[in-house]
Amino acid sequence: EDFVVVGSDTRLSQGFSIFTRDLPKTYKLTTSTVLGACGFHGDVLTLTKVLNARLKMFEHEHHKKMTTSEIAAMLSTMLYHRRFFPYYVYNLIAGLDEEGKGVVYSFDPVGSYGSDGYRARGSAAAMLQPLLDNQIGLKNQQNVQRVSLSKEKVVNLVKDVFISAAERDIYTGDAVVVHVITKDGTTTERFPLRRD
Amino acid sequence: MKRITATKATTIIKNVRKTSNISAMYHDFGGSSTHLLDDALTSTTNFTVPYGIDPVESLKEFTNPKSDVKIHFDHGTTTLAFKFQHGVIVAVDSRATAGPSIESQTVKKVIEINPYLLGTMAGGAADCAYWERVLARQCRIYELRNKERISVAAASKLLANIVYNYKGMGLSMGTMICGWDKRGPGLYYVDSDGERMSNNIYSVGSGSVYAYGVLDSGYRYDLSVEEAIDLGRRSIYHATHRDAYSGGVVNLYHMKESGWEFISQTDVFDLHYQYKAEKEKK
Repeated sequence: EDFVVVGSDTRLSQGFSIFTRDLPKTYKLTTSTVLGACGFHGDVLTLTKVLNARLKMFEHEHHKKMTTSEIAAMLSTMLYHRRFFPYYVYNLIAGLDEEGKGVVYSFDPVGSYGSDGYRARGSAAAMLQPLLDNQIGLKNQQNVQRVSLSKEKVVNLVKDVFISAAERDIYTGDAVVVHVITKDGTTTERFPLRRD
Repeated sequence: MKRITATKATTIIKNVRKTSNISAMYHDFGGSSTHLLDDALTSTTNFTVPYGIDPVESLKEFTNPKSDVKIHFDHGTTTLAFKFQHGVIVAVDSRATAGPSIESQTVKKVIEINPYLLGTMAGGAADCAYWERVLARQCRIYELRNKERISVAAASKLLANIVYNYKGMGLSMGTMICGWDKRGPGLYYVDSDGERMSNNIYSVGSGSVYAYGVLDSGYRYDLSVEEAIDLGRRSIYHATHRDAYSGGVVNLYHMKESGWEFISQTDVFDLHYQYKAEKEKK
């Protein structure tokens, strides 16, 4: 496929209190890469700050934008340099690679990473990942043909996934921000979720 | 450079100063509140350590099941390698777990250091991936400086010495360095406790106990290439069958005199039914 879709909910909470309903956890890094970061929000903020600074430094030095795989490798070493005092952040990098194909990299808090076709991260990840495995990875389905998914289908799937998460996870809800990254740029959509 | 070991004598915890890799220069804490940020921006070789706290203790919080903070690192595996008359067979599974959750079934646990050196990954995924990448860089530097390929013994020693500096700090890495050099096929086991050993058969990881059973009962030095490949694949399959932390696909490599060759990637699911059918035929 030649596009990537990444979405996050917008609720920020601690324990049983909600701090705000309008805090997307996705951050645009370049025109073709979006970072999704969840976990401890303080570390998320610092990590994105440092990441953006490093991106700028790279551009100044090399006169070109960092590609998705370069960002992923850099993030991995950045996270590992805090191996003994980790960033409590679970990261996802979604973007287009050099050939224009969509790619998703997922990270653990200390920098181990790999590229997957799809990934769910966060408090409801354990509920959502199996749904994605079934719908996108076509796991545990007999006699199915692998059809390439269209943009609309994927966006609707992401919406459904978040609606399901909001139903059963107390930390997910309020609204969802969905980014669709194609070679023509990144479009952002926002739609509401259960506020309870 | 001096290395002062941290010894916890009753209530005294000394500051741990490691060799080149940790900047323990936190004395100028006076005005600098951005030093952590500066570290991240400019340092490529320094590890940020919390000031005044023993990192091993603070990290124990994360792995202790009773603690409130549950930050899980990707872990768990079965890897094996054995030498035989035609070289070295390296077989690994591909599952990464973080606590009770399966993070991925498609992890590459064999790291291709260069065309004639392979490293396997067991234990902490980030630790293995990072340090073996550092090893790849060191091997390349050796090659450029000495105009000849690095030996397996030297490569494994480099890695062992690097991680020994972090001994006690909570690294978790059990790797096998496999290659072919002037002395023939080489297989070394290196781990984060500082062990470095050479032998003909090794299996590392949570599923290694199961793999050893199958491997030991079928191993002979004079196996043919097909028999050795089958043995490696079968051993990993049995480990994935019984160990919850292993699974996914079996990635198999064959190390020959001309370098390593990637043989196959087979889903354990398919192997299960294949072996079942073979058993029924008998």
